[in-house]
Amino acid sequence: MDLSAISPTLLVASLMVAATPILLAALGEMVVEKAGVLNLGVEGMMIMGAVTGFVAAIESGSPWAGFLAAAIGGAAMALLFGFLTQVLLSNQVATGLALTLFGLGLSALIGQGYVGIKANSLGRVDLGALSDLPFVGRVLFGHDPIVYLSLLLVAGVWAFLRFTRAGLILRAVGESHNAAHALGYHVRRVRMTAIAFGGACAGLGGAYLSLVRVPQWTEGMTAGAGWIALAIVVFASWRAERVLVGAYLFGGITVLQLNLQTAGARVPVELLSAAPYLVTILVLVLISIRARRGGAAPADLARPFHAST
Amino acid sequence: MTNKTFLALAATLGLTGAALAQDDPIKAGFIYVGPIGDGGWTYQHDQGRLALEEEYGDRVETVYQESVPEGADAERAITQMALGGADIIFTTSFGYMDATNAVAEKFPDVKFEHATGFKRDHPNVSTYDARFYEGRAVLGTLAGHLTETNKIGYIGSFPIPENIQGINSAYLHAKEVNPDVEMVVTWAYTWFDPAKEADAARAMIDQGVDVILQHTDSTAPQAAAEEANANGGRVFTFGQASDMAEFKPEPRVASIIDNWAPYYIERVGAVMDGTWEQQASWGGMAEGEVVIGEITDAVPEEAKAAAEEMIANITDGSYHPFTGPINKQDGSEWLAEGEVAEDGELAGMDFYVEGITGDIPN
Repeated sequence: MDLSAISPTLLVASLMVAATPILLAALGEMVVEKAGVLNLGVEGMMIMGAVTGFVAAIESGSPWAGFLAAAIGGAAMALLFGFLTQVLLSNQVATGLALTLFGLGLSALIGQGYVGIKANSLGRVDLGALSDLPFVGRVLFGHDPIVYLSLLLVAGVWAFLRFTRAGLILRAVGESHNAAHALGYHVRRVRMTAIAFGGACAGLGGAYLSLVRVPQWTEGMTAGAGWIALAIVVFASWRAERVLVGAYLFGGITVLQLNLQTAGARVPVELLSAAPYLVTILVLVLISIRARRGGAAPADLARPFHAST
Repeated sequence: MTNKTFLALAATLGLTGAALAQDDPIKAGFIYVGPIGDGGWTYQHDQGRLALEEEYGDRVETVYQESVPEGADAERAITQMALGGADIIFTTSFGYMDATNAVAEKFPDVKFEHATGFKRDHPNVSTYDARFYEGRAVLGTLAGHLTETNKIGYIGSFPIPENIQGINSAYLHAKEVNPDVEMVVTWAYTWFDPAKEADAARAMIDQGVDVILQHTDSTAPQAAAEEANANGGRVFTFGQASDMAEFKPEPRVASIIDNWAPYYIERVGAVMDGTWEQQASWGGMAEGEVVIGEITDAVPEEAKAAAEEMIANITDGSYHPFTGPINKQDGSEWLAEGEVAEDGELAGMDFYVEGITGDIPN
């Protein structure tokens, strides 16, 4: 084994790329859950974002149009979920699962004519001399714009929830929708907005896969990333900065296992491939143990709200 | 409808059905492991199917199913195709081996053709394969010339003989022109998963691999190399199964193309004439089943000439890519000076040759 072949700089740079889809999706889902809604359809929204983004980028020739379409596609899927759960008061868990299955099927249908086509990808941002600095140059200044957008979103969501009045209202709705309602806040409107935001983020995450990371469209290409995103929200105990840590940790393990294999580590390949998922399970168990002593979940998470109650 | 008219109707239908059966077209079915748009393996099989339609016109009817997973689902898909009236079914991936034989037992009148496998448990099962290692020898030669970091990467799909032949063949011929060359193997455990293939290619590029051969079917590794080159890298790739021409002139500098059309035309023709018999076909460059796609100008002139000479020698049979002296990984002798590997041994190849590090996973 030749571990010296693994360059820490490139490892960190690749893990940021590998983590960006789940980071975006997890961040969106965190906001949704902060508003008291559990949307298990992240996978479905991501894959719809991946396909609408890819199709739009191919048809228009611009990856930016692709990302825009992906955000709209993801949000549209999310609003479908919102309509069912917030207006028709359907069960959130069941509706979320249905949304995932629906998204996987519909995306396969939409993407049928687009398999194996090459899309224009986004280039890296050129920051001139900054990008040439050792280590930090490649890690901090050598990425495509969406990586920076995802980091900005993390900071934005963090600041929004912590410092703004709107963020306070959103958290209030998630902690006690009855109290928020009694104070005159529009619980359903707040939740719908959060759901749409979550969908748009998941859509962007999906499009990052199909437009930058791969870049190609294949059926089922999200391959469970949406579920990982859901786990990361719990792992992060509903805090934006920890979502970032969780996503990068997961991305890091994914990239590291491939690098270890390439470097010739004598560890069974199957174990290396399963490593990211094993770590996710482990983390969830640890979190659950802690959760029994209070926990950090919004108090009204997944509870239906109707103004009459 | 009364019982009587129903019976009459059924009888008429039955009769016309029997009459039609006389000059029914031959129905050929294809089971694909990926989507026909994968731009690689399955795409080439589908080109073979289209060539079949072109050749026989109305006398043949083809059906296919895409993205059939290897495993329990394959048996269901093959059975369904046999029940659907297929006369001959081509199952086009190694992992369909047991499913093909299981279904063949239940449908003795249907002919089965399994690609790249070695099990022919029933008289109605044939196997067919192509000598991809011949093409890999040519790509290995090019890789040996092109690499500057002396690290060549091979994205393997599954540790099966077909992959191992390819790895050994590519390595031996790269080493012949560049004794310092090192082979880095990554197993993707999939035939077609663009995300995984792209990640594997990126990990290789990050570790200084500058020529990548792939045994997986998507163009994702080509895209990863293209991205690396756009950012100042120098990485070369080879089209796999299909030409992957959209990545010309680089990173894709040449390709190994599978051409199944001659075989499909021959075998369906045999079913029409009633001369179909069980066989194990293994065609290569000489039969036109393995073709090297255009070698682009990104390759130095002498390397191109060496590759072209090798193609000529393999095609006319004067050179076999596995010609001794060759030792196994542990240093024991495999082929003596001038000895040529036997087909049976190649078909079950489960060892690396001397010089390749790492173990083959089980």
